[in-house]
Amino acid sequence: MEFNLKIWRQKNAKAQGHFETYHISGIEEDASFLEMLDILNEQLIREGMDPVAVDKGCKSSGPVSFDHDCREGICGACSLYIDGRAHGPDDHVTTCQLFMRHFKDGATITVEPWRSSGFPVIKDLVVDRTAFDKILQAGGFISVRTGAAQDANNILISHENAEKSMDAAACVGCGACVATCKNGSAMLFVGARVSSLALLPQGRPEAARRARAMVAKMDELGFGNCTNTRACEMECPKGISVDHIARLNREFLKAKFRQ
Amino acid sequence: MADKLISKIPDGPLAEKWTKRKSEIRLVSPNNKRKLEVIVVGTGLGGASAAASLGELGYNVKVFCISDSPRRAHSIAAQGGINAAKNYQNDNDSVYRLFYDTIKGGDYRAREANVYRLAEVSAAIIDQCVAQGIPFAREYGGYLANRSFGGVQVSRTFYARGQTGQQLLLGAYASLNKEIAAGTVKSYPRHEMLDLVIINGEAKGIIARNLVTGELERFGAHAVVIATGGYGNTYFLSTNAMNSNGSAAWQCYKKGAFFANPCFAQIHPTCIPVHGDQQCKLTLMSESLRNDGRIWVPKKKEDVEKLRKHQIKASQIPEEDRDYYLERRYPAFGNLVPRDVASRAAKERCDAGFGVNETGLAVYLDFADAIKRLGHQRVAERYGNLFEMYEKITASSPWEEPMMIYPAIHYTMGGIWVDYDLQTTIPGLYAIGEANFSDHGGNRLGASALMQGLADGYFVLPVTIGDYLSHKFAEPKTDTNSPEFEVAQKAVQERIDKLFSIKGKKTVDSLHKRLGNIMWEYVGMARSAEGLKTAIKEIKELKKEFWSDVCVPGTQFEFNQELEKALRLADFLEIGELMARDALNRNESCGGHFRIESQTEEGEAKRDDENYMYVAAWEYKGEDEEPVLHKEPLKYEYIHVATRNYKD
Repeated sequence: MEFNLKIWRQKNAKAQGHFETYHISGIEEDASFLEMLDILNEQLIREGMDPVAVDKGCKSSGPVSFDHDCREGICGACSLYIDGRAHGPDDHVTTCQLFMRHFKDGATITVEPWRSSGFPVIKDLVVDRTAFDKILQAGGFISVRTGAAQDANNILISHENAEKSMDAAACVGCGACVATCKNGSAMLFVGARVSSLALLPQGRPEAARRARAMVAKMDELGFGNCTNTRACEMECPKGISVDHIARLNREFLKAKFRQ
Repeated sequence: MADKLISKIPDGPLAEKWTKRKSEIRLVSPNNKRKLEVIVVGTGLGGASAAASLGELGYNVKVFCISDSPRRAHSIAAQGGINAAKNYQNDNDSVYRLFYDTIKGGDYRAREANVYRLAEVSAAIIDQCVAQGIPFAREYGGYLANRSFGGVQVSRTFYARGQTGQQLLLGAYASLNKEIAAGTVKSYPRHEMLDLVIINGEAKGIIARNLVTGELERFGAHAVVIATGGYGNTYFLSTNAMNSNGSAAWQCYKKGAFFANPCFAQIHPTCIPVHGDQQCKLTLMSESLRNDGRIWVPKKKEDVEKLRKHQIKASQIPEEDRDYYLERRYPAFGNLVPRDVASRAAKERCDAGFGVNETGLAVYLDFADAIKRLGHQRVAERYGNLFEMYEKITASSPWEEPMMIYPAIHYTMGGIWVDYDLQTTIPGLYAIGEANFSDHGGNRLGASALMQGLADGYFVLPVTIGDYLSHKFAEPKTDTNSPEFEVAQKAVQERIDKLFSIKGKKTVDSLHKRLGNIMWEYVGMARSAEGLKTAIKEIKELKKEFWSDVCVPGTQFEFNQELEKALRLADFLEIGELMARDALNRNESCGGHFRIESQTEEGEAKRDDENYMYVAAWEYKGEDEEPVLHKEPLKYEYIHVATRNYKD
């Protein structure tokens, strides 16, 4: 297969970005999107070290930087906005689990970084998502010390609640929800964590404080408000439901009333 | 130098050793802990749990990871589960049985005392994780659910769907966040350790590259903990994450830490087969699938031919023409034999010409019987997300046709040599989790990596490191302006400058692929003296080619992934050579290490306890010098050493 790739290039956080277009051919349809980018990078490096190619007008911006790691859809590192959709055209996958068979041969594919004021660009397609760490540091945990726990089976949790909690805990922290939201809201990310812990008895003692602190931190870091467009749920690679935003809202209101 | 290998195993009965050691360890008072600094490198299960627990104790912790967040460490990708001797199933499990299974599974090449302690603390890990809010699978009564894994006959594996590693890591990461919020831990994401700093023979700090700005930064402490995982990516194609690397551990080796059993690499039997040469990463399918999936290849060569030509489908081959070779060869354990045994059996069938895909390098993992027996819904509950993942990657549905699988590099049992306290041969330097060598011998059992990472991080290291630190609280903070830091930073800078100055014609990945090919061919599932000698020679040549013809584009002072990869490959080239050297020295077959010279008439691995019942610990002697081998003899006082038998 062959493609024209229109890719966002930006030298660093301060530099002005722009699109560059590259042609790539000989791609197997079973190749993943990121394997295709690996091949493009090999090509760009070879062109960069070939003075003849550079003279002929080959781009010398060097290989394209993009975040990636596990390539199994679980680490949440990959973060590309492909043809106007977070993680590309296939549903419920991260970019690393997107395969070229989902594209038409000869297509032009546009690749951009997450675009959100909460996630400044570091280089090319790589963004800074430390804001997510900060939100979780505000309260996304249960305050238990190592060694303080009782026997695991002393805490009974219904099969149903364990499953619901797990549905929310499947969040990989990629940021697709923020990138997709027209308001740049992180409510699905925060909702997933608050809800996952609120559904378990261990999480109840701190539920109110957790909801308040995480929402306050999210606001402080410049993420927008939720206006219930449900775009986040549509684009979440793990299919996390906006029901968890509703549970976050309930926890948040309860916490406010108690205050 | 041999006296450096003092394992510090406490005297006394096996079951009392850990209690005895804990009671001997000196304590550090809370006001003195505040004066002490500890560096933890890596934020997987071991690193995150250690950093969080040390922070809780009151130490000042600095924690480093190469990714943009501690949550992305490769532990996140572990699927199937975590073992613990809880005996919640009333199937007669116990600490002793978990200990026994682990020693036997490791083919009698792990230390008894370490493994017993691992089994002993395993139950507390589950308690801790539940208290953190990890949504483990539950029965309808609200109690915890279990499943079985390879190499054992009880159900002791706890799980959270096929995402157990993710959930355990998010638990450890949450504890880490709690301590970061409390101010006891400071986190340095996107930082890569490039050297260890030693002052007066003790580990006192690291040189790290800020991966965003490219600056080299100095960090001092009273002790350093390495939790950077394994070196499976030496093979280029593996199930490890793309950025997983052996560099931090390797720099410790080059500064004097002994490296133990480097040749013990685990080849996991159930991975999605290689699909073409554009691939850079292999995907694991959880071992838990072997609970209900049956592994087979056709009995008849003509069926194999038709399959390869896509003239028939696997589901059309009648029952009597299928060879369920694991059930045939190992009736007692069947499809749940340990990973090394299952991998070799798959290779044996494929080498004999029964591989089922176009490359001839795949076998079937079939769920048709399980779907019939359990029904669609229950199979979906157990494996739904794995089936989905398989279908996304291969465009074939395991509900209709069996999965195709083939072995791939997955884990490294070898690593930095540590004593019972998890301290390396360098005082003040500790290694935990996959980065050390200690608990899995020649082969790791499924669902035991998560157990070891968390055992080390939550319950062992935070106690044992106190013994060392109790002597250090009067020492001032490490001065990062000292000559030792100066020299270390200069050496790293020279290495980076050298890489940029080569301006060669070969990309980093193209050279890494070639290293991978050498490793898989000669240091893979079957190894011979001749092949290993060839590997050593070819790796040396490749290393020369790398240092004279690699191309690293860009500059140091920017976000530069090619530079990151080049620095890691420089180390993989040396790790690969030491692996081959160790494999050549170990002229026996044991665990994941199979020497073709050492096998039974039936083709089973043949151990040589008389000559090789030791830990091979290698000491670095300099750039072009041969490393020196030190031997730590293994003594089995509580387990009767026997040939591993999974047949009856």
